[in-house]
Amino acid sequence: MSAVITPGIATTPMRGEPAYAPAATLEPLWVRIVLVGIAFAFLTLFLFVPLVAVFYEGLKKGWDVYVDSIIEPDAWSAIKLTLMTAAIAVPLNLVFGVAAAWSIAKFEFRGKNILLTLIDLPFSVSPVISGLIYVLLFGLQGYFGPWLREHDIKILFAVPGIVLATVFVTFPFVARELIPLMQSQGSEEEEAALVLGASGWKTFWHVTLPNIKWGLLYGVILCNARAMGEFGAVSVVSGHIRGETNTIPLQVEILYNEFNVVGAFAVASLLAFLALATLAIKSFIEWRLHKQLTAHTALAAADQE
Amino acid sequence: MTVPIALPVVNKAPFRVLPGFRLSLGFTLFYLTLIVLIPLSAVFLKTFTMTWDAFVSAVTSPRVMASYRLTFGASLLAALLNVIFGGIVAWVLVRYKFPGKRIIDALVDLPFALPTAVAGIALTTLYSQNGWIGRYLEPLGIKVAFTPLGVLVALTFIGLPFVVRTVQPVLEDAERELEEAAASLGASRLQTFARVIFPTVFPALLTGFALAFARATGEYGSVVFIAGNMPMVSEITPLFIITKLEQYDYTGATAIAVVMLIVSFALLLTINLLQAWVRKRGQAEKV
Repeated sequence: MSAVITPGIATTPMRGEPAYAPAATLEPLWVRIVLVGIAFAFLTLFLFVPLVAVFYEGLKKGWDVYVDSIIEPDAWSAIKLTLMTAAIAVPLNLVFGVAAAWSIAKFEFRGKNILLTLIDLPFSVSPVISGLIYVLLFGLQGYFGPWLREHDIKILFAVPGIVLATVFVTFPFVARELIPLMQSQGSEEEEAALVLGASGWKTFWHVTLPNIKWGLLYGVILCNARAMGEFGAVSVVSGHIRGETNTIPLQVEILYNEFNVVGAFAVASLLAFLALATLAIKSFIEWRLHKQLTAHTALAAADQE
Repeated sequence: MTVPIALPVVNKAPFRVLPGFRLSLGFTLFYLTLIVLIPLSAVFLKTFTMTWDAFVSAVTSPRVMASYRLTFGASLLAALLNVIFGGIVAWVLVRYKFPGKRIIDALVDLPFALPTAVAGIALTTLYSQNGWIGRYLEPLGIKVAFTPLGVLVALTFIGLPFVVRTVQPVLEDAERELEEAAASLGASRLQTFARVIFPTVFPALLTGFALAFARATGEYGSVVFIAGNMPMVSEITPLFIITKLEQYDYTGATAIAVVMLIVSFALLLTINLLQAWVRKRGQAEKV
């Protein structure tokens, strides 16, 4: 780990800082090496090694066993269920996120801060409790349980319960990304469009949406990653019926507990891939957003002159 | 004399230029109520069916008390570890240049993106007796997997991004001129750190600590694999809730859930106040 540590400010030079660091505000070389070394050691131990281990253990018995573990029927049905769950939960929370951001960012009303806190609630609830609430509502002893049984509707230990629990845990993602973004953009552009005679929907499609598309994508990506990877909440409501109500993370658990370590890690590696892809897209969007933001401030500065 | 009563709300309501206020707010409130508020209130409604004594005995039984101690103790330690190492990582990422920095910066968020079950089995495999890390700890007499120490490792992993991501922007915005001024007035680098840099990042460190702690107390997926789940020893509270559910003791599970929820809400409130403090600090400095 003999990293070459050159003095300099790491932040992007766009902030208007000098590209050099004066010696007076720079630590001695050995301090820098020790600090970078500690950071490397910590991240290696807690991030890199676990990540590498997932792929290593999955591929330990070769490529064929790896592929077989993934296309095995139970694993395959888990993959399909996971994709379906995300395909329902993400669009629902996307529509909610846009509606919430529109009302909160574009209008003033009383109780806005309370609303913001309530939107954040699912983030602070333990996943286990997120599952428990649906057991209390739809379980046989639950509030709607007897009625559901009379009408032969299955929610708990069936697909609808899994979808509901996933919607709950991924509820704030899109809204959380869009609200600050739309607040910072203000509403002058929308107002201009309306004055020029555009309808409300037209304004939204042609003015607002292009402005928030990267933020929207950011929220969707994070929402999707969580929707596909959720374990605790789904585990409580799923019932663990093989080939029917197992999502990928639950399938990983079952295989692992059956000492099928290679199979567990092979299936888990799909989720690790998803995580890496999510991080890559996220970094790309951050870069785009940063560019958009600097272009925006440059434009504003030019306007003032 | 009669004071003319102001024509009510209609006049006071601000004139809204943009359309869709009622529609968007209406939908937001409807969806929020349906998905979050009604289901969450079920937890509290359910506990109201218990007598006070039954509630107290359910949430203070020796086994559940042991689980609180482990959950909150390990979460506290994990959050502290993250403050120390996450603080160093944030510092290094903002202030120094070294190869691979971009990738490391992106990978810091891995614990957010990696499903907890995957993290759980990976850490367990690494820290078990024959694992890549466990085999070197075994001769030293340190057992991590299937002990409370394993809980600490898992909680440190999932809390890792919080401190880094709250401290990083504050460090980026911190004005180096202040440090230069301190240096030119004769302060040593250590003094500058203690008197100038540390006070600037302190609110962010505290916020990151609270976020990591809050996340750790509710964590389930990454912990169940590595903990060993022995009652009274390595059983965390969320797992105990699941155990109660599996025994069809719904009221018992709900009572413990209420305790956890109240703790989370208190933490959420604390975090909101801390974040307001960080923002105020940032604005005050810019003025």
